[in-house]
Amino acid sequence: MPGKLKVKICAGRHLPVMDRASDLTDAFVEVKFSNTTFKTEVYPKSLNPQWNSEWFKFEVDDEDLQDEPLQITVLDHDTYSANDAIGKVYIDIDPLLCSEAATVICGWFPIYDTIHGIRGEINVSVKVDLFNDLNRFRQSSCGVKFFCSTSIPKCYKAVVVHGFVEELVVNEDPEYQWIDRIRTPRASNEARQRLISLMSGELQRKIGLKVLEMGGNAVVGYLQCFDLEGESGLVVRAIGTACTLDKISNTSAAQLPACNSPSKEIKEAPFSEDPNPNTHSSGPSTPLKNQTYSFSPSKSYSRQSSSSDTDLSLTPKTGMGSGGSAGKDGGHLKTLLRQQTQSALEQREFPFFTLTSFPLGFLIHAGGVVSARSVKLLDRIHNPDEPETRDAWWEEIRQEIKSHAKALGCHAVVGYSESTSICEEVCILSASGTAAVLNPKFLQDGCLDCYSENRLEDTSPPSCGFCHIPYDELNMPFPAHLTYCCNCRRQKVPDVLFTTIDLPIEAAVTGKGCLIQARLCRLKKKAQGEANATAISNLLPFMEYELHTQLMNKLKLRGMNALFGLRIQISVGENMLVGLASATGVYLTALPAPGGIQIAGKTPSDIAYEQHISNIQKKINDTISRNKELYEIHPLEISEEVIGSPIPEPRQRSRLLRSHSESSDEVSELDLSHGKKDAFVLEIDDADAVEDILSLLTDAPLPTGFYSCNTENMPGIHNWTSSIQMFTTVRVFRLNNSLYFKLISFVYLPLSKKSFAFSISFVSHFTISAPSLDKASPLAEGHLRLRSTPSCTDSTVTVVKMTPLSFIPGAKIIKYLGIINMFFIRETTSLREEGGVSGFLHTFIAEVFAMVRAHVAALGGNAVISYIMKECVFMENSNKNQVITLYINAIASTQFIKKHYN
Amino acid sequence: MSVELDVFVGNTTIMDEEVYQLWLDGYTVNDAVSIRMKSGILEQFGTTEDVLESDTMDHYRTFQMTERLLHHPSKLVNQVLFQIPPHRQAMLIERYYAFDEAFVREVLGKKLSKGTKKDLDDVSAKTGITLKSCRRQFDNFKRVFKVVEEMKGPLVENVQCNFLLSDKLARDYAAIVFFANSRFETGKKKLQYLTFEDFAFCACQLIQNWTVGAVDNMVEDMDVDLDKEFLQDLKDLKILITDKDMLDQHKSLVCTGLRGKIQVFNEMEGNFKNLSRGLINIAAKLTNTKDVRDFFIDLVEKVIEPCKADRWLISDVRAFLTQYTNSARALDGFKHQAVWERYMCVIKSCILKMYHD
Repeated sequence: MPGKLKVKICAGRHLPVMDRASDLTDAFVEVKFSNTTFKTEVYPKSLNPQWNSEWFKFEVDDEDLQDEPLQITVLDHDTYSANDAIGKVYIDIDPLLCSEAATVICGWFPIYDTIHGIRGEINVSVKVDLFNDLNRFRQSSCGVKFFCSTSIPKCYKAVVVHGFVEELVVNEDPEYQWIDRIRTPRASNEARQRLISLMSGELQRKIGLKVLEMGGNAVVGYLQCFDLEGESGLVVRAIGTACTLDKISNTSAAQLPACNSPSKEIKEAPFSEDPNPNTHSSGPSTPLKNQTYSFSPSKSYSRQSSSSDTDLSLTPKTGMGSGGSAGKDGGHLKTLLRQQTQSALEQREFPFFTLTSFPLGFLIHAGGVVSARSVKLLDRIHNPDEPETRDAWWEEIRQEIKSHAKALGCHAVVGYSESTSICEEVCILSASGTAAVLNPKFLQDGCLDCYSENRLEDTSPPSCGFCHIPYDELNMPFPAHLTYCCNCRRQKVPDVLFTTIDLPIEAAVTGKGCLIQARLCRLKKKAQGEANATAISNLLPFMEYELHTQLMNKLKLRGMNALFGLRIQISVGENMLVGLASATGVYLTALPAPGGIQIAGKTPSDIAYEQHISNIQKKINDTISRNKELYEIHPLEISEEVIGSPIPEPRQRSRLLRSHSESSDEVSELDLSHGKKDAFVLEIDDADAVEDILSLLTDAPLPTGFYSCNTENMPGIHNWTSSIQMFTTVRVFRLNNSLYFKLISFVYLPLSKKSFAFSISFVSHFTISAPSLDKASPLAEGHLRLRSTPSCTDSTVTVVKMTPLSFIPGAKIIKYLGIINMFFIRETTSLREEGGVSGFLHTFIAEVFAMVRAHVAALGGNAVISYIMKECVFMENSNKNQVITLYINAIASTQFIKKHYN
Repeated sequence: MSVELDVFVGNTTIMDEEVYQLWLDGYTVNDAVSIRMKSGILEQFGTTEDVLESDTMDHYRTFQMTERLLHHPSKLVNQVLFQIPPHRQAMLIERYYAFDEAFVREVLGKKLSKGTKKDLDDVSAKTGITLKSCRRQFDNFKRVFKVVEEMKGPLVENVQCNFLLSDKLARDYAAIVFFANSRFETGKKKLQYLTFEDFAFCACQLIQNWTVGAVDNMVEDMDVDLDKEFLQDLKDLKILITDKDMLDQHKSLVCTGLRGKIQVFNEMEGNFKNLSRGLINIAAKLTNTKDVRDFFIDLVEKVIEPCKADRWLISDVRAFLTQYTNSARALDGFKHQAVWERYMCVIKSCILKMYHD
């Protein structure tokens, strides 16, 4: 069914001088949609033309409306030669297709040119008349809302969470087509920008269709990625979680997470169904008191501990796939619950959720981090319409993740994400998530209430329930050291919990959280094709193991016991691999206190050496106690008897469930285990190694008053001001074969959400980009008053706030206007005039911000949430007279927010 | 491990006022880093030098990018590239257009030409202001001059709406433009003791009373050029010194009025004819452009220096000038009251302003 798109070009301003003789410009505008083009009159000799055109009308299919961007080109009229392009504006009209979002796009858009950057602005109005299409076989999916945030948007209520949606679209990369040899760099950049815009439109439409099929009306946690595979093509893929959302009309309720009914039920439920009444009897019978006030969020964890002498046993995985679903033993209620949920999830191929925070009561248990990696060799995509190879690759990985989750006794994966790293023809595909047991209530249509009378098998209080192990204690998927939950003392918890999700708001936390990072760099030999892939896949398990050990050590050093928002990224370059793991460490009240770190030498005979070791040991102990002080971790001392008898396992072992597979689909696992009970032992061979370990473990401390984390909420800190500032920082270092490098010294800015994405291009060339958010720390509050200065005229530019978070502190979100999905290419041949590489990138990032802001303002919005600069590829070609090409893909949801300051 | 690329960009443009000042003052990144280090910032924030350097670089880049917008402040307000809160924009503009006293004294009244710009390195060496900063200030003067030179309407207002400056700064720029246009001599040794503020005050008086705009407020160049007709009329005042009777009568009127009221009565009486000749000759010569340029030097040589030599107090000068002006009205046969008032009110306030050490 067709829709009618109407476009009006009003005026331009600040145009560049195109005619040197008169220092003026004769500008006109071409408006193109799909295959139709309109032109305005030429407005002669002005840098601020007033076209005031008629409404150009395009009659188009709604399928096109979703796929195609509106393309506006500003040109300089030239009587004798070809007209010169000034620049372009691409407008995604998707937000207009959703009934409750914006009705008109109207505002000043920066005119962008891939060679010159922003060149003036143009005022455009866009409207759409859409005729509703009820055809069952339609190809369009107008009206499905997309949210980039990985939590249920604040002014909506999740009625049903349907589950995982994924799609990928492939195409040939215009940069590598034969025509590229004869066309100008500008034309080729524009072809690429347009193609990607088209592809992401198509992708969104297809995902929308899937959502409609599932009966949903929105996609939450929409994550879109580009793989620039070079000669073999261009892949745009996306994953998300389909949901049915209801708008909350009562605005006062909007601040609470969507569903609070289940939590009530949980609270009211009796605690009689403890699966392990015998062991429990030794504990006190007063746990209920504690539960009433502490509400803790649901989290998933993976626990593991390791010592440096652990042997890596790469055992073939057998029996893991059998699943933890039914009939393990005992017929416990837990199993029952699992079966119920299972049925809800069974229809689904992949019970995955990209969400990282959930409505209260959604998450019952978290099992641990599951991840899978696979190394692939890229080959040319022969038929863009049948992207089967790429689909198959991801399918494989997802199956693997699913089986890992099953092995952990979980039927779902939450906080799920996928990523790739490409270097020449080798591609590493990675996926990770947190195995979890979910409340079936949210997963089924129309039975929100049918469970209300059911006994709730899981009676754990919300503040610690998610920590309880989902697997059967007697039949653990991996050896782990279990204790009774320090909060309710009824169920078992592991000693460490690693998860990819956000800290649930109801979780009981002791002290403050902090950012923990592990960094690693491994050299590899230069190789081609198959050999290269093999070399990389051989290195991967070691890297993962080492990152993991680092994380664990750092966690212990801070006296914490859980990691949230864990992201492990492994990037591949020509002769090195780089790994970066970042997460937010917290001390979960429910989990046991972490043990210390013990240093053990291998040659105890030498006295001086012993001395040295003990010095180090002392330093480490000091650091731990200092950190405990710093993060205010003062857990209540609980005597041994109260905790209950420790599990009669003299040796605790834990295994990180993780594998990487090569093309052969061979699955291997790491067994990270250690043999001491409480302490964490680092064994070292020589004195130098000690220094290494020490320097590796101790990051430069943040200045007082500054906190950083990579999750949505800063654990343990609540008094945010409403003043926020978002920033992007990019650094590139040339590495001189140094094995370990200090990646980033995050200093003197309080950070809340950071996400890192980096890639290596060329030899030992490294890029990191971190769009991050800076929140004013409580210390800075006093400086936020505006001084009024009279000499300012009113600005026509709307202030737009941006944040990578899913909310804006101190402000209330009134309306969601849609998704902003932009892709930019910038190239220059005059690097020196642009102020070098840094100057060039600085300008470019500022331009990207400006363009995002302009689009948001045109939609009538004043804020951008969940902003992420997904990809930042940097290519330098010194042969071609210093050409630099940059790609930035920025994705965000747009919002109109209303402020209310507390 | 060398840093190839290192940028830090905020959605709301990140700007530190101190770094901005260092940039405006023309310091290089390295100098700025060492100045910032001396302020104890490292200890305060627990950072390292390379972080400070990186931060300074980020700021410098931002300022360099905003500079082209600062040349046209109205563009800064409407641009979309940088999100800067209004009070910050005002600060940026105000500081960018601020100038150093030492610098402006060197350039005031000079032709804002390429030649003058070439001599800026001498100015820089003399004043200790970096050449970069000198160039910025010079270019600011020139830019403002070019824009308002041919405009209709009051000079101060024109400066203010085109450059969004504060009242005070706009008035200073009006003075600079006025001086540059008439090329008043301000650099002579005898004038060195005068501050920019003195000149700015005088310029303001001249603009308000002697320009075309003082009579007709809708002509071009109204505030920039002196009223030619008025200057012509000033020749008529010569009668006050050429007519012997009138001169004597004037003297006796002034002496009667001031007897016992000023400390330097005798010196005044002895010097009256010289002073009066000086004042009237200045008026009579103003039709020559060359003599207009020497206006201030003439005031100093003919009036201020003789009085200073006789140790007149400023109150004495005020009393004398008031009496001198008023007495002329009572003179028989003196028909140029209006011109006289218009001339003397400016002369009086200028001399009083300039009468200090």
